[in-house]
Amino acid sequence: MNSSLRVAALLLCMGPLASALADPAPDLTATLKAAFEDKRQATLDRLDQDETQKLCTQYRDQPPAEVAQEIAKMNLATVKPPADGKYLGDWKAGEVVASTGTGLQWNDDPAKPNGGNCYACHELAPAEMAYGTLGPSLKHYGKLRGQDPAVLAYAWSMIYNSSSYAPCSNMPRFGHRGILTEQQIKDVMAYLFDAASPVNQ
Amino acid sequence: MAAPSLFSTVIAACLAAMTALPAGAEQTSEEAIAEYHAMFGDENPAELWQLRGEELWKTPRGSRQVSLETCDLGKGPGVIAGAYAELPRWFEDTGKVQDLESRLVTCMTTLQGLPESEVLAIKFGDGEQKSDLEAVTAYVVAASRGSRISLPLDHPAEKAAYALGERVFFYRAGPHDFACATCHSESGKRIRLQTLPQLTTPEGAQAAYTRWPAYRVSQGELRTMEWRLQDCFRQQRLPQLKYGSDVAIGLTLYLARNANGGEMVAPSIKR
Repeated sequence: MNSSLRVAALLLCMGPLASALADPAPDLTATLKAAFEDKRQATLDRLDQDETQKLCTQYRDQPPAEVAQEIAKMNLATVKPPADGKYLGDWKAGEVVASTGTGLQWNDDPAKPNGGNCYACHELAPAEMAYGTLGPSLKHYGKLRGQDPAVLAYAWSMIYNSSSYAPCSNMPRFGHRGILTEQQIKDVMAYLFDAASPVNQ
Repeated sequence: MAAPSLFSTVIAACLAAMTALPAGAEQTSEEAIAEYHAMFGDENPAELWQLRGEELWKTPRGSRQVSLETCDLGKGPGVIAGAYAELPRWFEDTGKVQDLESRLVTCMTTLQGLPESEVLAIKFGDGEQKSDLEAVTAYVVAASRGSRISLPLDHPAEKAAYALGERVFFYRAGPHDFACATCHSESGKRIRLQTLPQLTTPEGAQAAYTRWPAYRVSQGELRTMEWRLQDCFRQQRLPQLKYGSDVAIGLTLYLARNANGGEMVAPSIKR
């Protein structure tokens, strides 16, 4: 059975469940837009959902395997490898990105670079105790994994668009959604992989 | 009106100074609040808001020159004991499900005849800019201390508000793809050292909801649920949630209902 047939069959089998999870009321996005107002850079169009957000909302972040596969495929297609082929930037600049939590909130200065706020959810450098636990520990990330091209490409994809390998992950799709620049992602990569980075001490 | 205790005033001043301390003190949110209690015991600067709110409640104001003492918060005119523990609820006279704050706006405009623009001019206080709504909210909420949250959702509009709140809770949007559920649907998780309440279970929702409104040590302000929700959406990178909107009330009702049976302790103290 080809994959689109499998999805169709699955959707049929899941009929009652799918309809219970699907939007029952008229358009929730329109309801939300009526309940919010533009504030500086945070404008109402941010309430519009792309296909991934729609599916993850519909399945409350637990899509069935076939849907998860479709989400992963769709998001993997958005991942742009570094233009010059170099995955690793400057770990010191990466540490700043990992520690900075501001950017894109209506009270943030749009002229300043956005943060990645990695420490909000991940353990990274063993010396930094103020880390969150929503995401897995990334302590000794490069030390444990080495720098094989496949390892680098995977980590790049996870940062660039987490739904490429972890569909409906809690983690923002930093490159795809324009939160971080290519250079910032390279710097975060160096923070994870560079032997001199505090993450690997 | 009783004078605010000198102690509360002094604490508020000390806390304002504390917030100027360099950040990065490595403490969990629980440790920070435990340290606060070790320093100040059970004194809570929220008392200052409660006392101002009591005066506002009892003072004739507006074009009709009446007090709020006949305002019906759902348990009959003027009854504030336990009222917050049963909100949001359906109100026949407005034909709406209302939370405490939006109901107070109704009483101030229709009962007292205050212009809505004046009532809503300062929704959230900022230092010398005091919010009357926050003060009255603090006064009314304190009268539910010890009451158990009870939202039977008897009215179809209450059921619909709950359903809306639940759907909004799981709605992912914005540049970061965040939903309320991103941070609040697992237990025992933290953002940095800030413990996150799990809001989809009775235990988690009770632990969080029964402690709001709260005096926020880091801000030197008393904050209500309307403030808490719009600040979550700010961090979600979404636009400004409108005060008293159906989404604000639906989400509040969703959280309150999930916390059913919990014993109100608010106004509390939060980091």
